[in-house]
Amino acid sequence: MAMLEVNNLNVDFDTPDGTLQAVRGLSYHLESGQTLGIVGESGAGKSQGVFALMGLLPDNARVSGEVVFEGEQLLNLPEKRLNRIRAARIGMIFQDPMTSLNPFMKVSDQLTEVLVQHKGISRKQALQESLQMLDAVRIPEARDRIHRYPHEFSGGMRQRVMIAMSLLCRPQLLIADEPTTALDVTVQAQVMGLLKELQQEFNTAIILITHDLGVVAGSCDQTLVMYGGQMMEYAATRDLFRDPAHPYTKGLMGAIPRIDEQIHELVTIPGNPPNLMNLPPGCPFFSRCPVAEPRCYHELDPPQHFEPDRIRVCNLPREAIR
Amino acid sequence: MFSFIIRRLLVAVPTVLALITVSFVLMHAAPGGPFTNERNVPEAVMENIEAKYNLDKPLWQQYFIYVGNVAQGDLGPSFRYKDFTVNELIESSFPRSAYIGAWSFLFVMVFGVGLGVLAALKQNRWPDSTVMTAAMTGVVFPNFVMAPLLVLLFAVTLRWLPAGGWEGGQVEYIVMPIIAMATSYIAQVARITRSSMIETLRSPFIRTARAKGIPRYKIVLRHALKPALIPVVSYLGPAFVGIITGSVIIDQVFSTGGIGQHFVNGAINRDYSLILGITILVGILTIMFNAVVDILYTWLDPRVRY
Repeated sequence: MAMLEVNNLNVDFDTPDGTLQAVRGLSYHLESGQTLGIVGESGAGKSQGVFALMGLLPDNARVSGEVVFEGEQLLNLPEKRLNRIRAARIGMIFQDPMTSLNPFMKVSDQLTEVLVQHKGISRKQALQESLQMLDAVRIPEARDRIHRYPHEFSGGMRQRVMIAMSLLCRPQLLIADEPTTALDVTVQAQVMGLLKELQQEFNTAIILITHDLGVVAGSCDQTLVMYGGQMMEYAATRDLFRDPAHPYTKGLMGAIPRIDEQIHELVTIPGNPPNLMNLPPGCPFFSRCPVAEPRCYHELDPPQHFEPDRIRVCNLPREAIR
Repeated sequence: MFSFIIRRLLVAVPTVLALITVSFVLMHAAPGGPFTNERNVPEAVMENIEAKYNLDKPLWQQYFIYVGNVAQGDLGPSFRYKDFTVNELIESSFPRSAYIGAWSFLFVMVFGVGLGVLAALKQNRWPDSTVMTAAMTGVVFPNFVMAPLLVLLFAVTLRWLPAGGWEGGQVEYIVMPIIAMATSYIAQVARITRSSMIETLRSPFIRTARAKGIPRYKIVLRHALKPALIPVVSYLGPAFVGIITGSVIIDQVFSTGGIGQHFVNGAINRDYSLILGITILVGILTIMFNAVVDILYTWLDPRVRY
């Protein structure tokens, strides 16, 4: 049994205008120490899908399906039980470290409270361990910096503080929700490198959410492509890049500009992401798909498993994509 | 921080001067004077009285004499309470208002913030709607309705409390003034606290705290309360002055002998020096507490520095 099994996860939001289907029938699994990338455009349901695992969705969300983490059912756990898993066994990093660190609290307090809460150690001891962790994420002069507020750190350093905070209890799983999106490109590489390094040191599994295919290529073992709240394709990252088996994946690959070619116009996928309040009964990618057939609007075949551990969700045969 | 306080003090001087000038001009521009109501007095006597209070001099001279005296801390003699100076009147009445005000302020903080947080945590459920209905009632219920109703209920009907007076500020004498004073402020503070707490609880950093497995009550107390209090402090800073200088109506209805009573009588009697004296006091307190609010901001929000 895998460390994390997600089966048929659905997330709906009740809004005044009707039900918004953020995630539909999402299934995947993750082995310990592995990295799974979840890619897709904004609104594809990437973040909501992982917030659901941690019980972090707002009150108007309805979650169904099954999530088993190390043999324990996670969905709809009471807050108290969930709090023993959060940070202790599943850590989380968010997109913008300026707003996701508490600007009103000293970094030291934000770090130590995790250890005091989950390990029940004294604040003094927690401060020592926090300092060690800041050293591990290479915050220079941590001993002095730890007593400062988040706004006194640079963007990259803030995200490193966030990473340190999420790893304090050595969780088996780390969920990183677009950890580099708010950072400078040069800092992005540093942060990703650091994550990889710490992953090996602590043998942590990572779910990495991103819309940056470059980040996926460089750091994920498996990749799950999402569109309109649904899985489109799932494969080992190498296979996905070598041979995309879904028109959406192909479109994403085609949209990566190449540095060695002269181009006049950036390639895009025409159209906009679908309205999640009003999805077609069939494939969510229908309106933008270059090879769609009329029946794609009305129905979508169940996921096809092919090769070892590859999945695609498309009505058309693979040959039609190439 | 130190230079900030010095700067605020320096800015306060022209502000107070402007306040004195405007009030002085406005008061003298109003028709009538402090002695126009006296029974027919012989002209010579009237001239004597006016000369005693410098009223016979041109207005600009009166102004400079007054400002000169104020600069030395002398607010002048009262025009109406002949044996008292304005300083004496304020010294005897202000502590009473401040005493009632301080207690009221304490209740406003405890109940206003407490109820606001409760409503925010139980948003759209019955504790929320109960608190907000009560708050709405409190906001629209002016204290000049509240005060007589309290007297009617507790003094006249139930006979539990004396209808008015001071008696050294004994509990039974100050209960009703405090209730009448605090109610609408509690309501206002509860409403502000609720909305700002709801907003704070939606911040990404609260989501982070939840992802860290911190229990809800600790999240509220440690992570959310400080940022949620910022708008409350903005509101309460200036309101605090209103609370401790007493309400005109409350001092009048409950005959507490507070400063509000002097303000009303001063205005009715055209007691120039008394009105100006109280205006200056309120002005200085306002400037002071605005500075206190600014200093409190630096404590609440570490990003604010002067």
